Amino acid sequence: MNDLLITNGRVIDPASGCDEVADVTVARGFIRAIGKARGKAKRTIDASGMIVCPGLIDLHVHCREPGHEEEETIATAAAAAVVGGFTTICAMPNTHPPQDNETAILYVLQRMARASKARVLPVGCITKGRQGEELAEMALMLDAGAVAFSDDGEGVAGSSIMQRALQYTRMIGVSIMQHCQDPGLFAGVMNSGPVAVRLGLGGIAASGEQIMLRRDLELVQRTGARYHVMHVSTAGSVELIRQAKAAGLPITAEATPHHLLLTDAACMQFDPNYKVNPPLRSFDDVQALRRGVIDGTIDCLATDHAPHAKEEKEIEFALAPFGIVSLDCALGLYAKAMVHSGLLDWPDLIARLTVNPAAVINRPLGTLRQNAPADITIIDPGKRWTVNVDAFASKARNCPYNRWRLKGRAVATIVGGEVKFQR
Amino acid sequence: MAKKASSSTRKTKPPPAESGAFLWTRKDLVGLDELSAEEIVHILDTAETFKEVSTRSIKKVPALRGKVVALMFFEDSTRTRMSFELAASRLSADVLLFTSRGSSVTKGETTIDTVRNVEAMGVDIFVIRHGQSGAPHMLARKVAASIINAGDGQHEHPTQALLDVFTIRQRLGRLAGLKIAVVGDIAHSRVARSNIIGLRKLGAEVVVVGPPTLVPSAIRAMGCEISHSLDDILPQVDVINMLRVQFERFSSNLFPSVREYSRLYGMNADRLASCRKDVLIMHPGPINRGMELTSEVADGPNSCILQQVTNGLAVRMAVLYLVSRGRT
Repeated sequence: MNDLLITNGRVIDPASGCDEVADVTVARGFIRAIGKARGKAKRTIDASGMIVCPGLIDLHVHCREPGHEEEETIATAAAAAVVGGFTTICAMPNTHPPQDNETAILYVLQRMARASKARVLPVGCITKGRQGEELAEMALMLDAGAVAFSDDGEGVAGSSIMQRALQYTRMIGVSIMQHCQDPGLFAGVMNSGPVAVRLGLGGIAASGEQIMLRRDLELVQRTGARYHVMHVSTAGSVELIRQAKAAGLPITAEATPHHLLLTDAACMQFDPNYKVNPPLRSFDDVQALRRGVIDGTIDCLATDHAPHAKEEKEIEFALAPFGIVSLDCALGLYAKAMVHSGLLDWPDLIARLTVNPAAVINRPLGTLRQNAPADITIIDPGKRWTVNVDAFASKARNCPYNRWRLKGRAVATIVGGEVKFQR
Repeated sequence: MAKKASSSTRKTKPPPAESGAFLWTRKDLVGLDELSAEEIVHILDTAETFKEVSTRSIKKVPALRGKVVALMFFEDSTRTRMSFELAASRLSADVLLFTSRGSSVTKGETTIDTVRNVEAMGVDIFVIRHGQSGAPHMLARKVAASIINAGDGQHEHPTQALLDVFTIRQRLGRLAGLKIAVVGDIAHSRVARSNIIGLRKLGAEVVVVGPPTLVPSAIRAMGCEISHSLDDILPQVDVINMLRVQFERFSSNLFPSVREYSRLYGMNADRLASCRKDVLIMHPGPINRGMELTSEVADGPNSCILQQVTNGLAVRMAVLYLVSRGRT
């Protein structure tokens, strides 16, 4: 007998090109078949009118554990993930202490198992202590279960160590995820431009992102290593990535909901919930990012879910930490930015949340092919709902989308064949 | 610009009635950005009526009797603090003074907690000076009392701009059509921002002058011109507002030396000779004598620097008076 039967949904699996009304059969944690269901199952979900797709993957989540459990834990992040329709999240290594060794990687996996919600796959540090000076033990971390490497929060500033890191990750076949920001040009708290000038707040120029990206593209060309651009925020970066891809470099890139939906004008009221790194940019940047998502220059969407405690964000703008949370509501935000705006259809959006990010982290996830792990998200694409941050499964409330009206959200999230969330 | 009421008609009975049909409704004054031209003119007109109080033998009116004004100075200040303190006293308010040195801020208390605690003692108006841009805006959202911005970071210093505008109007009789140069470290100056906003709203032209490292090109979006040559613009302007040079800017390589800055952007007798005869020289203080202004210019007949300070008192009385009525 099968474990789970999802009947009559619009099954969208970009990895196999499937987009048809069908049943999905799950047994022993794996996809058994797509098509007309045969036989009985222990549990049946009627997905009429719903989209049934591979479990969504978020490449960029800050779980804050260990070190800042008052902001978020692996368990609460994993819970927020399944509420949002995500079956896999990648845990960024800027924890305290940083995830820069085997033991730290194993710790994340252990906490994930205990939470038993979404998969939480650890990203290891590129350099020891995220100091940008010595390479971390990336091969050992890979062995322990790390899926990629990043010093996120900062870019690797030294060109020599960055080159070594790329040479090394090319050998072990994983992606470096870079937070592109030249540290010498990072002196502000919001996007550099007319709004920052008017508000008397220090600006973070687009050139700071693009300078590091340009250098890295040079190094990627030289080393042939896989390279992922995190939270692309500027029109200039989109164009650089577009050209690099056209030249055949092994580049991938992600954009966040906030960079696709908000501009720096949102900072006008000095509300620190709009303070994020990279900062909210101009309208032209938002338009360029959307075009980049449409043409596949930006192949992944990721939240950069960055939780902070309430008191940390209820202070002066310049003193508050950077970060926005959106795991609970991201799917509706992506749909608002890309689908309801008429720019992408659901299969193309889902590709950027499933098969594409799965490729970045080398995991056989993000597909409904037979014998793939049964990570499945069921989406009600027409469901209108209102964001309520106080109801988030995440611990954090630093979210600028409170009371936003959205359309489309996950109604069931299945991880390894188990229903982890159902509305 | 016509004054709405001459001071003589009101000399005998401050506090003034609301002039004409205009009704002031704001409980806070966090910046000039939020104000309409009418509201700015209304503050100036109200200040006009308060000027007279300082000429009496008993320099006091009962407008804020029974009210508590807390001066919260999270950042150092001499003239703004004393000006507000005297303004509140002349309106018969009880005045509390807070300076962050020696306070719980040094123990790590946040701005919002500090202000909320003082508010719990029963404060009606907070006057906030803070090193962070936007601090008064944050407080205005979180406390019920009135908030007056006495300078926030590099953002706004509305009462300074109001007294500057008041002084120009007093000396030159109008604002519309005048051309005003603001010279110096525009990038880091709240005085510059509030002046640009206020002057533009009242119909004056503004040109900001300084090296590109101190004059962000995006400031054009605020409606002003940019010039890097003081000598070029001197013959064209009616008013020159010289900003203080902040010495800490050297360390961040924003200009190479005091000497070079002073040569390019300092106001001296030679430069004054190339200006219009009746050009007005202003400075928000404190002056670095010999750097942005030579003494002969600062103390000469074109200077209105001390008049600015005198007018500051009337402007701050007007602002305190108006916000206290705005909250009822």
